[in-house]
Amino acid sequence: MNEKPEKLIDKKGIRSDGRKVDELRPLKLQVGVLSNADGSAYIEHGKNKILAAAFGPREVHPKHLMQPDRMVLKVRYHMAPFSVQERKSPAPSRREVELSKVIKEALEPALFLELYPRTGVDVYVEVLQADGGTRCAAITAAALAIADSGVPMRDLVVACAAGKVDDTVVLDLYDAEDKLGAADVPVAFMPNLNAVTLLQMDGILSTEEFEKAMNMAMEGCRKIYQMQKEALKTKYMVVKEAGEE
Amino acid sequence: MPTFFEKKQLVIPGDLLAEGDYLPGENTYMEAGKIFASRIGLADNENKKVNVVALRAFYVPKVGDIVIGTIVEVGFNGWTVDIKAPYTALLRASDVLSRPFKPQNDELSQVLTAGDLIVAKIASYDRAHDPQLTVGEPGLGKITRGQILKVTPTKIPRVIGRKGSMISMIKQETGCQIILGLNGVILVTGKSLPDEELAIEAIRKIEQESHTSGLTDRITQLLKERKGNKTEEQVNE
Amino acid sequence: MSSLITKVRLKQIEALLEQGKRLDERGLMDYRPIQIEQGVIEKAEGSARVLLGKTEVLVGVKVESGEPFPDTPNEGVMTVNAELVPLASPNFEPGPPDENSIELARVVDRGIRESHAIDTAKLCIEPGKKVFVVFVDVYVLNYDGNLIDASAIAAIAALMNTKMSNYEVKDGEVKIKQGYTQLPMKAHPVTVTIAKICNKLLVDPWIEEESVMDSRISFASNEKGEICAIQKGGSGFFSPQQILEASKIAVEKAAELRKQFDW
Repeated sequence: MNEKPEKLIDKKGIRSDGRKVDELRPLKLQVGVLSNADGSAYIEHGKNKILAAAFGPREVHPKHLMQPDRMVLKVRYHMAPFSVQERKSPAPSRREVELSKVIKEALEPALFLELYPRTGVDVYVEVLQADGGTRCAAITAAALAIADSGVPMRDLVVACAAGKVDDTVVLDLYDAEDKLGAADVPVAFMPNLNAVTLLQMDGILSTEEFEKAMNMAMEGCRKIYQMQKEALKTKYMVVKEAGEE
Repeated sequence: MPTFFEKKQLVIPGDLLAEGDYLPGENTYMEAGKIFASRIGLADNENKKVNVVALRAFYVPKVGDIVIGTIVEVGFNGWTVDIKAPYTALLRASDVLSRPFKPQNDELSQVLTAGDLIVAKIASYDRAHDPQLTVGEPGLGKITRGQILKVTPTKIPRVIGRKGSMISMIKQETGCQIILGLNGVILVTGKSLPDEELAIEAIRKIEQESHTSGLTDRITQLLKERKGNKTEEQVNE
Repeated sequence: MSSLITKVRLKQIEALLEQGKRLDERGLMDYRPIQIEQGVIEKAEGSARVLLGKTEVLVGVKVESGEPFPDTPNEGVMTVNAELVPLASPNFEPGPPDENSIELARVVDRGIRESHAIDTAKLCIEPGKKVFVVFVDVYVLNYDGNLIDASAIAAIAALMNTKMSNYEVKDGEVKIKQGYTQLPMKAHPVTVTIAKICNKLLVDPWIEEESVMDSRISFASNEKGEICAIQKGGSGFFSPQQILEASKIAVEKAAELRKQFDW
């Protein structure tokens, strides 16, 4: 079922999936969904369905990767074979290796690595269904999983992308827009510390368009951050007793 | 200079708690004069110190803590112990055996073997070394009976209750012996299985509702209800 | 990818940065001396060797014929691979590409691909059936910091040096003729990497600076001053203001370097 819209934005400024240029896809976040992980989270972002789990701090395996003075964060971003239109081989692709690295580097600044030397935290992100912007959704879920595991953090990390489609800077590209558009700029952000921890771009943008896209992505991040907060509070909310009603 | 939370407000990592003349307490950190939460929990302050009681945390060993652990491996001069912490603990043979130690593997596995449970105390621990345990004090040693459950270590104080009131009540009502490891592992030993299960149920309820008020009453009620049912059954037989 | 650095050295670097200086007496916005040599491997269709300070990267380009991708049936194909050759650093180990070499390859690829540096439309031999496949292999020979910029410069230099055989299609077969054609190129992107140390931005980090840097950000830009690839790396962060500042520095520096190389 391949949908390839001819024009990505119509004359009224509505995109091929019905959204306005600065509108996010619908999001759903849940925390604490896996009983065996120390922390976990599930995200649905548009048609993306991604599961994240955090284990640790615990002993580092293989041992030679252990650091004597800090904690080591390991992230594995992996796509399920059935997650995309054409079956993807389960073996890690070069893209998955790169994404694992940049996602790790997006999350590390939030951790107090020096607090737990000689240990490691392992984060596993499984993309169950992909529709563009998976690395951002992965970061948003992974940060929740880490917070859920009880590992102390400086801030949550939240991510969102913006890009250029039909000569217009738009927020949160879905797969068709990413493939046919002119640029995609994923951004990860620690909202309370005003710190950008992931930034990539492929495509072509003028310096003004880049600035516009980055600011738009950060606005998107701030909105998604509120949803992260809600998801955490929902899980940890005070239990309403019968007596209180 | 302000604080930005209400007493017992649920906060998450990165939430700004206070600015200015305050000190960062538990589960908080300070940067550029501002204090932020570093864990999910309930914010509070004693005078100038801002604390967050974490709702989810892992155990970090502290010298003097009583912990309950599982023997993982028999080594050549001691045992590796899983104390549900980021670091595995070590129990030296010399600590356990009352006489001079001869490094013969067989001897050690007859004293303690993989799968055994022990109550121990953290004898030493620092950043560069794994925690060392000791069982050389009364009340410590191998566990032979009872059931184990694991709770988040931050809930242990709530299970103890003010001046031990909560734990005493559970012990009394269920007739169980309960040892609380500060690493969140709890040993419940009762005269019968139903007794132990009741104590476990009560502790689990405390873990779930630890941050609510009126908990002590609800636990008392739960215990009395269950005991009441039991008495009825006995009568009906 | 960090080498052990002593605390004393770290203090030195920090103290110098306070004064806007670096260990090798460069300014914060200065590149190390760059040397480019083209056509160093005769058996390759194109090649270039770049020395950026002591960082040495050799890029070999091989051009073969092959099938196009189904969604671009009339366009040539390009693929970039990078090897962190073990002789380049005591920290590089033999084996399949690790995350660092994969990131390096993909970032270099992005700069070339997104800027349309290679005119892939002109690489079609038989529409839908046969196109030229351009293999860009980045070979890191000595690691002394900033592999991204050195590799990206070497890749473009190698592509500019690349010649494809002339051919004709007779009876459905591709036959090699005499003579060569220069690989058609549309742009000459330059990648500029900026590191953040002690909250200061500096270009072209060398190995010791990379060991202590907070994080790095690389921007590839073309002759029109448009940005065609960005990659933040390292476990630190940038403020949004620093990113915009870095982007402006990168576009300026790219223009300077392009002039220096006469591209």
